[in-house]
Amino acid sequence: MTLFLERIISGINLGSIYAIIALGYTMVYGIARMLNFAHGDVIMIGAYICFVAIGSLSLPPLVGVLLAVAVCTILGVVIERLAYRPLRQSASLAVLITAIGVSYLLQNLAQLIWTADTKSFPPLVQTVIEQAAVTLGLATPEEIAASPNFGSIVISANLRISGTTIVTILANILIMIGLTLFTGHTKTGKAMRAVSEDRGAAELMGISVNRTIALTFAIGSALAAIAGVLLCSTYQALQPTTGSMPGIKAFTAAVFGGIGSIPGAMIGGILLGIIEILGNGYVSTQLGDAFVFAVLIVVLLVKPTGLLGKKVSEKV
Amino acid sequence: MSLLKVEDMHVYYGNIHAIKGVSFEVNEGEIVTLIGANGAGKSTTLNTIAGLLKPRSGHVIFEGKNIVGMPASKVVSLGMALCPEGRRVFQQMSVRENLEMGGYTRPAGEIESSIARVFKLFPRLKERQKQIAGTLSGGEQQMLAMGRALMGKPKLLMLDEPSMGLAPKLVDQIFEIIVELHASGTTILLVEQNALMALHVASRGYVLETGRITLADDADRLLADDSVKTAYLGG
Repeated sequence: MTLFLERIISGINLGSIYAIIALGYTMVYGIARMLNFAHGDVIMIGAYICFVAIGSLSLPPLVGVLLAVAVCTILGVVIERLAYRPLRQSASLAVLITAIGVSYLLQNLAQLIWTADTKSFPPLVQTVIEQAAVTLGLATPEEIAASPNFGSIVISANLRISGTTIVTILANILIMIGLTLFTGHTKTGKAMRAVSEDRGAAELMGISVNRTIALTFAIGSALAAIAGVLLCSTYQALQPTTGSMPGIKAFTAAVFGGIGSIPGAMIGGILLGIIEILGNGYVSTQLGDAFVFAVLIVVLLVKPTGLLGKKVSEKV
Repeated sequence: MSLLKVEDMHVYYGNIHAIKGVSFEVNEGEIVTLIGANGAGKSTTLNTIAGLLKPRSGHVIFEGKNIVGMPASKVVSLGMALCPEGRRVFQQMSVRENLEMGGYTRPAGEIESSIARVFKLFPRLKERQKQIAGTLSGGEQQMLAMGRALMGKPKLLMLDEPSMGLAPKLVDQIFEIIVELHASGTTILLVEQNALMALHVASRGYVLETGRITLADDADRLLADDSVKTAYLGG
């Protein structure tokens, strides 16, 4: 039982990361009507920026995270401007192939700059929790040094939820709430929904479609940076291909939940994380990934619009 | 004074020459109608004026300024609104949100009073303000599309086939509102297949045939014109 619960918890942890990545896919798809397959590699760039900032530059961890968010935001906007905007009127296949090209470009750039060696990523979230506790006067440095799992919630002798997991899940929930409020209640958020429904009509309202799409890429890429830091804090390894598998799985999660739907990305991400960890644990570690993609195939066969997806008739 | 002047406008879809040198003008305070059969280029003309399409050559002059090449999202803030063919309300947004989008370029403090104005014009929308636009009837969606266009306080309101697909009673209602809007000082450019109704409310009309204007006259005289009668008014 304990083992099962432990797997569920790590499944929710991994799933929360997938959910944050899936949001980037789903928002870009909903508004720009394209699949940005370079999204996973933006995660990897974010993680490297954070790694360099707190490693070689010795910046405080939170500053490192903010720097990663800033760089990825700009990167996302630049990619959209240079690679995707010129193809706005082209066939979707051309855009898809370009996105795959951008994906390889980012991976190879990372390899050029940081080499292909796996870097050992520090347990950054844990460090932030400990530092915050000291700053807020909740614990002394000695107390923290004495307890290796500081910040975790102990459920039973063998079962605890680590601080990193708690922060990851909380980050996911906060991002969901934030985005839901943003798209539902702000003028810019509503304009985004208008663009996602009917670009031409949105233009006629005075909404700049180009600016809205750029903003979507900015938000998606900022979230990718956060996902990158959370992912690497959990698994503590970083290499140029780190983002590609989670990227594809998060895409699966977005399709699973219903692409274009924000709550769908959350549900799809968490379910997929749990399925992967349970599959890894109970069936076979080698087949864990296969389970994830089997889910994609089944969903596409049974309910092509995903769990929460709406049926959209393609306009000709 | 002419509010809108279109001069020798040519529009292409790829290699297809859709608008072949159209010129016309709309003076301040007028209702002008463009009539013509399906595919004559009426919607293309409006979409080009609004900035959704770019003409290959020619001028679109609004309040003395050439606006060719200006993106649609900028044209709106000059005081021109297009209520597009097929209504194109935001189906998954509420009635109120649709109106808010119509007022996107206006200062935030103005939105509530503009919504109140639209609700006065279309009391039906007030009853349904929280409803999702996709669940409205065709007539209600047309009212919403018009209300949404009015939210931007346009000097020139362009209506593309407002009567399309509506029951006769609703068509009458929509036309009453067009007259009412005109009376309150809005200049209107109306595109219609229902030529009879359109010519009754308009002061002047242009007949568009396969991308060219073939007739231009006062609305009364077009109503009496034999060729117009046979082609567009059912004999």
